[in-house]
Amino acid sequence: MVPLIEARRLAKHFPVSGGRWKRSRLLRAVDGVDFSIPAGETLGLVGESGSGKSTVGNLMVGLYAPTAGEVLFKGEKISGIRQHVPAGVRRHIQMVFQDPQSSLNPRMVVRRIVGYPLKVQGLAAGRALDRQVSTVLGEVGLSPEHMYRYPHEFSGGQRQRIGIARALVTAPEFIVFDEPTSALDVSVQAQILNLIRDLQRRYGHTYLFISHDLAVVKMLSHRIAVMYLGRIAESAPARQLFRNPLHPYTQALIASVPLPDPERRRDLAVLGGDIPSPVHLPRGCRFHPRCPQVMPCCRREDPPDITVQAGHSVACHLYSP
Amino acid sequence: MCWIPGYGGERYAPTRGKRDVTDTARRIPQDGTKSAAPLLRIRDLAVQFETRQGLARVLEGVNLDICRGEIAGLVGETGCGKSVLARSILRIIPQPPGRISQGRILLDGRDLLQLSAAQLRRVRGREISMIFQEPMTSLNPVFTVGNQMQEIVRLHQCMDRKEARAVCLDMLAQVNLPDAREILRKYPHELSGGMRQRVMIAMELSCHPRLLIADEPTTALDVTVQGQVLTILKTLAGRHQVSILLITHDMGVVAQLCDRVAVMYAGQIVEQAGVEHLFAHPAHPYTRGLIGAIPSLEGESALLQTIEGSVPPPTQVPPGCRFHPRCPHRFSPCSREVPPLEAIDSAHAVACHLFASRQGAQHGPAD
Repeated sequence: MVPLIEARRLAKHFPVSGGRWKRSRLLRAVDGVDFSIPAGETLGLVGESGSGKSTVGNLMVGLYAPTAGEVLFKGEKISGIRQHVPAGVRRHIQMVFQDPQSSLNPRMVVRRIVGYPLKVQGLAAGRALDRQVSTVLGEVGLSPEHMYRYPHEFSGGQRQRIGIARALVTAPEFIVFDEPTSALDVSVQAQILNLIRDLQRRYGHTYLFISHDLAVVKMLSHRIAVMYLGRIAESAPARQLFRNPLHPYTQALIASVPLPDPERRRDLAVLGGDIPSPVHLPRGCRFHPRCPQVMPCCRREDPPDITVQAGHSVACHLYSP
Repeated sequence: MCWIPGYGGERYAPTRGKRDVTDTARRIPQDGTKSAAPLLRIRDLAVQFETRQGLARVLEGVNLDICRGEIAGLVGETGCGKSVLARSILRIIPQPPGRISQGRILLDGRDLLQLSAAQLRRVRGREISMIFQEPMTSLNPVFTVGNQMQEIVRLHQCMDRKEARAVCLDMLAQVNLPDAREILRKYPHELSGGMRQRVMIAMELSCHPRLLIADEPTTALDVTVQGQVLTILKTLAGRHQVSILLITHDMGVVAQLCDRVAVMYAGQIVEQAGVEHLFAHPAHPYTRGLIGAIPSLEGESALLQTIEGSVPPPTQVPPGCRFHPRCPHRFSPCSREVPPLEAIDSAHAVACHLFASRQGAQHGPAD
């Protein structure tokens, strides 16, 4: 079966200048990422800041053109075509951004913000557009009377609902959520996460859900991919990743989460050091300077993706045959 | 006498001499037990801000104790007033528009709100110090780390350059920064977020304060780095006998680090208890909602509990219990009377009419 959306050897490098003599260097934000998402499922993409997870999101919807590799939608290549996604496919791919404050135009009323994709794609206008906007507002828990208000009149959680409504209005098949709740408080985050989950159950959307919060990703995802410095370190079905994490980075990531349970205090400092800059990538395995189980070969060779079990792959020399 | 050149042109004359070992020892209870009298007592504190939308009653009737050697947590959502509370302790809220309209903040029985500016300067940094969420904004970008650290050490402890440098190197080693000499030469932008926050902790602890206020110290950090910083904070608090007021929105951080917790909602403390007790038997409906809303890393991922609505803006706080419009258990007195923070157990206090009206029936709302 053809997956709904697929990334093949996807890479995005940005030229940066800096340092002495303004030398131009390459920032390898994404450096060879493969994954595919079957229709109706959610792939959770977790990683720390600087791991390239947001760049992957932007590549998937065509906001960036990949340096190498391609994005396939229903088996058809959609990336790199004059840097834009073909119009017929475009309406089926939408995105919800991290900060609802800056991703909603403060000068537009909600009707215009949410109706904009319909207008741009030529899907509806006039009264039909009004009708569609008010229906979609109802689905995200807002009411039609909110149509003529401005973003600043809403709370953070409501603004994110507007962002979701804008993504839903063209009836897409695939939605990228880029840290949709990281700007929200935990009680509001819970409302939004429940909404995102409900919408998928109702409409069978396919999601790419990007977050730094493992618990949030776990709640929504069927599969999880852990990113580190532009590569996927490990990917597995959600339950299995938590039951049997293989990559030392995944293990450390799970062990550093402060559990909300004072009865089970644990040592949170499992990993030393910081994530290195993607401009100066370490030689060999990208994780080796921080890895507690580093071996001589890790310093020399980049580990290949090793499939340990069906659906569970890990990029680590520990598991090479 | 020490004099730091360029410090506002003002000659800084320390009132106390060089701090030596006996001085540090004086402040630590010799028997090692946590002394009965709390180090810091906040009583009936109210803070208001004049805004264009009207008077914002950001804090009202806040009571809080911080004992010696304990890590006290203060949790709440954005806008609940937890940072204003922290800044009121050091009196660093901008006045105007802010105003501490009522209350007392007692550090060892001395009311910080009555101190003169000069007296307060001696408390800040030396007795109470503070670390902020984003260390880049609290470090000066045009001076090296060594320059800034040594200035603080010399200013507060009256040391010469050489001694101050030794103290800095020692503190940087204590926060697990490798190659401390190199760090002293660097500018803040050359360090990562986690390193900057560790520099801040080293800087604040180098003056041996009695109370360290940490305002969301790890919110801007990644989870693996957060783990490192929290561990350092905890270890050093124990080693230096510092009490910590840890302000956070993350219940996980509270559970892992704190001894006692106060939960804040819309400018009031709604519940206060020992950390084990709070997580095992949360009483206030808000606390219950907050704990229920955390996605779990373990077990099956069910739908999350939510709290309806959102936090009211401080200019439009509802009358009575400030939580009542969102409360699933509200009943008649909630919209009229402010519930007082009352003890329902030896180390557990709640501000909720459900408990006030049924004194003795020590049960929470039905689970």
